[in-house]
Amino acid sequence: MPDAPTAPSSEPAVLMLEDDSLSDEAPSNEAGSGIGVGGWIAAGWLIFVVAVALLAPFLPVDSPTARGAGPRLPLFTEGHVLGTDSSQRDVLSRLVFGARSSLTVGAGAVAVGFVVGGTLGLIAGFRRGRIDTFLSSLFDILLAFPALVLALSLAVFLKPPSASATAGAEEIDTSGGLTSIQILVLALGIVAIPLLARITRSTTLSWAQREFVLAARAQGARSGRLMVREVLPNVLPAMFSIALLSIAIAIIAEGALSLLGVGVEAPNPSWGNMITENRNVRSSPLNALFSPIVALFVTVMALNYLGDALRKKFDVRDSAL
Amino acid sequence: MTAVDTEPATPGTDAEHLLVVDDLSTSFATGQGPLRAVEHVSLDLGRGRTLGIVGESGSGKSVLARSIMGLLPKYASRTGSVRFEGQEMIGASASDLRTLWGARMAMVFQDPMTALNPVLRIGRQITESINEHLDYSKTQQRETAVALLRSVGIPEPERRLRQYPHELSGGMRQRVVIAISLACGPALLFADEPTTALDVTVQAQILDLLEAQQRERNMAVVLVTHDLGVVATRADEIAVMYGGRIVEQAPTQVLFREMRHPYTEALLKSIPRLDLPSHTRLEAIAGRPPDLLDPPSGCRFTPRCPYAQDKCHAEEPPLEDDGTGHLYRCWFPVGITSKQTTVDSVVTEANVRQGDDDQAVPAKVPPAPPVDGPPPAAPAGEDT
Repeated sequence: MPDAPTAPSSEPAVLMLEDDSLSDEAPSNEAGSGIGVGGWIAAGWLIFVVAVALLAPFLPVDSPTARGAGPRLPLFTEGHVLGTDSSQRDVLSRLVFGARSSLTVGAGAVAVGFVVGGTLGLIAGFRRGRIDTFLSSLFDILLAFPALVLALSLAVFLKPPSASATAGAEEIDTSGGLTSIQILVLALGIVAIPLLARITRSTTLSWAQREFVLAARAQGARSGRLMVREVLPNVLPAMFSIALLSIAIAIIAEGALSLLGVGVEAPNPSWGNMITENRNVRSSPLNALFSPIVALFVTVMALNYLGDALRKKFDVRDSAL
Repeated sequence: MTAVDTEPATPGTDAEHLLVVDDLSTSFATGQGPLRAVEHVSLDLGRGRTLGIVGESGSGKSVLARSIMGLLPKYASRTGSVRFEGQEMIGASASDLRTLWGARMAMVFQDPMTALNPVLRIGRQITESINEHLDYSKTQQRETAVALLRSVGIPEPERRLRQYPHELSGGMRQRVVIAISLACGPALLFADEPTTALDVTVQAQILDLLEAQQRERNMAVVLVTHDLGVVATRADEIAVMYGGRIVEQAPTQVLFREMRHPYTEALLKSIPRLDLPSHTRLEAIAGRPPDLLDPPSGCRFTPRCPYAQDKCHAEEPPLEDDGTGHLYRCWFPVGITSKQTTVDSVVTEANVRQGDDDQAVPAKVPPAPPVDGPPPAAPAGEDT
C-alpha cells in the first residue's frame, strides 16, 4: 500500500474545510426562516390588544369612568370579570380603554419620531458632508438630555395653562386645544426623533454606498429618487424593528409621566395612570393594580420580542447579501 | 454650464468621434494628500467601436471609466476635457449629466449581486430609467421591459418582471443589469469588468451578448477588464493602464503582434497557457502596483520591470506614437531597443484566443522548452 501514508495526511484537511463551510452556512439558513413560534405568539397578542383598543367603544363593557354604587367588587364577579377599583369603576373596561390611550400614545409618539427622525436620518446619511454634521450634532444634543426629563419638560411646556381648570371630566376624548394624549404624543415623539434618526442615518450610510445606488445614478436617477426608491426600502426593516422597541419604551414612559402628573389626564384611563392611581397597596384593591401591570408587562415584552426577532431576521438577510 | 467650446462640433467629426477624452486627470482628496488615480489620459472612440481598457487592480481603469462618465464621489476632482457627442462633460451641470446618464451613455457594473436593488422587483428596476428618460405610458414601459429581457436572452420575461434579484442566478442577473443599461438605447456603454464576478462558463455568454447588442445598436463600448483574454477578440483598440496612466495603446492586432511595453508583455505572460505542460509555474508579476499617494519617480513600472535601467528611475518616459498609431510609454521598448523578446507574440495571441473561445486553435509551436518537473502525468500530492 504505497498510497497509504499520503492519504490520511491530506484527507483531514479537506474534511475540516468542508465542515467549516457547512457550519458557516447552517445557522444563517435556520435563522432566515421567519420569526419563530415566540414571534408569532407576540404578534398574536399585539394584534389582539390593538383590536381591543380599536373596538373599545363597541365592546360590551361599561363606561370606564362610570362609578358604580355599592361595595367594591372582587375578581370574577358577574358583570365585572376583573372586579372594580376603589372608585367602583369596572377594571376590565378601564383596561380596555386604557389600552386605547396607551397604544395611541406609544404608536403616535413613535410615528412622529419615525417620520421626522427617519426623514432627517435618511437625509443625513445620504447627503453626508455638512448637512450630516449639522443634523448629527442636533441628534446628539437631543440625546444628551435624559429622555424622561426632556419628555417631562416638553409635556409641561406644551400643556395649556388652563388645562387643569377646564378639563372635561366626563368625556374620554377632550376636544379643542391639545388633549393630554396629543401633548404626550408630541413630547415623547420629540424624544424619539433622535433615536430613530440615528438608526436610520447609520443604516442609510451603509446602503447608500451600495453599488445599486451608483448603478441607478448612472441611469440618470435624481438624488431624491435614489433616496426614496433605492435606499429607503432597504432601510425600512431596520427602522421598523427599532420602532417596535420604541413603542414599548414610549408606553412605559407614559406610565412614568403619569406618576409625575403629566400623563393621560384622569379620569380617562391609561395603563400608566391606572397603576399610578392604585399604587398605594394598602388602600387599593390588588386587582385594580395588577391588571394594568400585567397588561403593560405582556405588551411591552411582546413588542420587545417581536422587535428583536425582526431585527435578527433582517440582520441575517443583510449579511447574506 | 462652463463648457469651453473651442470649435463647434460638425456632424462629420461627431460621427467619427463619439467620445474624445483629452488629457483627463482625476484625483481624490485623501487624508494623506491627493491621490492621482488617473493622469493625462487621452482617448478617441468612434461610434460602434470597442475600446478595451486593461490593467491590474488599482491601475485606475475603473476610475477612468467613471471619470469619463462623471460618476465620481464629491471628493474627486477632474481636469482635462471629455467631449461626448460634441458636448463637453467636465463642468456640465448635474441636470445635464442626468439627461445623458442612462439615456446616451450607460454603465454595466462588475457584480450583478450588488448592482441590483435586493428589495425591488426586476420589472421596476428596468422601467425606472425608461420612466426617467422616455415619455412612455405604463403599458409601453412594460412592453419595452419585456422586449429588453427577451433581447438579452432571458426566458419567460413576463414572469421575470415580477421576480426579485435573489430569485435569479448570477448570469441571469448580469443579463438583467445589461438590459437595464440598454433600456434607453445608449450610444456609449461602459462595461466595468462585466464578467469578473461570474462563473467561467457564463463569462463567454455575457461577452457574446454584449457584442451582439453592440452590433445591433451600433453602440460604442468601453470594455474595462483585467483580463487580456477578454479583450483580445472583442476590442478594436486596447489601452493598457498602469499606475493611473496609459502605458501602451494600439489597435488590438498591432498590440498583440508587437507589444512594446514591458508591463503589457508581463500581463500576457501571466495568462495561463494551455500548450504548456501542467505544473508549469505561472509567471506572476513580482511586486505590487505603485502607491498612488507616493508614486515612484521616473517610470512607474520601474520597480517591477525586468529591463529597468538608470534612466527609467530618473525620468518618466512620455507616451509617444511610433508613427503608426501605436502609443507606448517606455524608454527601452520591448522588441526595439533590446532583443529580449521572450514571448512569441503570434503564439501568444493564438493562445489568448484559445483561452477565450472554445474553438481550439492548433498550437503551431514546438513542444514548449523543457520546464521543471517531470511530464504532465505526475500525480498530485507527491512532493520531493
